[in-house]
Amino acid sequence: MSESNVILKVDAIETYYGQICALRDVSFEVHDKQIVTLLGGNGAGKSTTLKTISNIEPCRVGKITFFGEDITTMPPHKIVELGLIHIPEGRRIFKDLTVRENLELGGFTRRGDDKKRDLMIDEVFCRFPRLRERHAQLGGTLSGGEQQMLAVGRGLMAEPKLLMLDEPSMGLAPLLVAEIASIIRDLNNEGIPILLVEQNSKMALGLADYGYVLETGEITLEGPASELIKDPKVVKAYLGIE
Amino acid sequence: MFSPGEIILQQTVNGLILGCFYALISLGYTMVYGIVRLLNFAHGDIYMVGAFVGFFVFGALAAITGTGWLSIILAMVAAMFLCGVLGFLIQRFAYRPLLDAPRLSLLITAIGVSLILQNAMMILTNGEFKFFNHSVNPRAGISLGNVTITWIQMVLLGITAVLLISLTWFVSKTIWGKAMRAISMDRPTCRLMGINVNTIIGITFFIGSALAAVAGVMACVYYGNVHYFMGYIMGMKAFTAAVIGGIGSIPGAMLGGLLLGLLEAGGTQVLGSSWKDVFAFGILIIMLIFKPTGLLGKTEVERM
Ligand SMILES: Nc1ncnc2c1ncn2[C@@H]1O[C@H](COP(=O)(O)OP(=O)(O)O)[C@@H](O)[C@H]1O
Ligand SMILES: [Mg+2]
Repeated sequence: MSESNVILKVDAIETYYGQICALRDVSFEVHDKQIVTLLGGNGAGKSTTLKTISNIEPCRVGKITFFGEDITTMPPHKIVELGLIHIPEGRRIFKDLTVRENLELGGFTRRGDDKKRDLMIDEVFCRFPRLRERHAQLGGTLSGGEQQMLAVGRGLMAEPKLLMLDEPSMGLAPLLVAEIASIIRDLNNEGIPILLVEQNSKMALGLADYGYVLETGEITLEGPASELIKDPKVVKAYLGIE
Repeated sequence: MFSPGEIILQQTVNGLILGCFYALISLGYTMVYGIVRLLNFAHGDIYMVGAFVGFFVFGALAAITGTGWLSIILAMVAAMFLCGVLGFLIQRFAYRPLLDAPRLSLLITAIGVSLILQNAMMILTNGEFKFFNHSVNPRAGISLGNVTITWIQMVLLGITAVLLISLTWFVSKTIWGKAMRAISMDRPTCRLMGINVNTIIGITFFIGSALAAVAGVMACVYYGNVHYFMGYIMGMKAFTAAVIGGIGSIPGAMLGGLLLGLLEAGGTQVLGSSWKDVFAFGILIIMLIFKPTGLLGKTEVERM
């Protein structure tokens, strides 16, 4: 792939929690139209990578560019305005706000145009009819699967140019995992590039074009998903128990 | 000479007015606590500064717009704006750098800000009582038997009602209010929604301080004098009201304020006015022991 369609470029970043180094020399790219996955066990640094990209955690060393623009030290809300949307681990629905209010806040950067906002909420409701039924319910009363749909819907409200999902399958029954997978594929087919963080490697490699494996803060393996899925190390460490 | 019914009516009116003060001030406590988990002990002093801003603006306006309601309202608007800015600036320069520091540093800073505001005002006013000489007849009003509900009382109730309703609308219906509530639930996630958290925290301080300033100017009109330590007891009472309602809860602060005002008026009637502070803080202690989450608060309890 040529440099020109690189959307997100993470270049040798390092992130620390106090003195503890959580990411060391992490580099990877997401290209236009791709689904890229970041695999790794618990505590490998996957969430930290996404948080560093969103600048929720500061990047101590290295550089992050989005559509060629340096976003390494950009305030998080500016990054969202650029269309780099991060759906966090554990969904993080606002429990005491209604489903609708959650969606409205997802569109915070597009505030001011109520007509457009209502149209977009309607689009989310068409995609996830169960959210329409529950639009006046508090976010905290939804089931895990519904909360994940709300989290995705809330992310879509910001009109993502790149969607980063942190373990969307976490804690969901297999049937729902399949549903989330098909949602991700649909979004990608509609033209949204995706950076997918997962512990469920089977699901992630089934969806992705390209993958990276993260171990204790370092990228130890990368390649096209179709090759990673056959790689003995990946099979042993991440697919064996599935 | 007063029948029991008249006494109840009179104390209800007194209690409601007192409750307006408590409600307006406790809102600032509760909103700030909700959004940054800070017990802003400088908040009572914002009320005091509001009273003095009202006093000075009123004095300057007296020659132009007179000493009636017009000047009072203009002084109130000026105090709201200036205290809003003051609250914003205190937040910006004293609290924001400490938002991620241990909670205790923030609390101690708030006490420091309180001392600075009090001492600055003491120097500015030579520590004197200042008398707010408006020309509104403090006794005119509607009489029901021996009880008179004065125009001043009705206007203050009206102003408070308008502000409480507006705030409720703002917090429940506007995107800014929703963001405010969302930040009090989950600040990092708000950042991922593209919400400029610092801006919203700043707006919260502005609104809370402006409401306290209204109470300050109301005190000028109702009590007729102001002094630099008037914020201390009022701040503690408003804090009590916020705890009664459930700290962090906006409807709770409104309810807690009005309830504390009414309880205090009733308690004063029964026990005598020298007991009124003891009574209010007794309620605070009982509340903290038996229902620390307050009437409308969430179950989450934190030790400070
Ligand atoms: N807020 C934090 N403070 C200190 N250490 C943290 C914090 N968040 C994560 N870590 C540590 O950083 C490492 C990477 O964590 P994380 O990025 O959450 O991993 P993953 O998402 O891959 O499970 C872990 O060792 C974890 O304990
Ligand atoms: Mg994680």
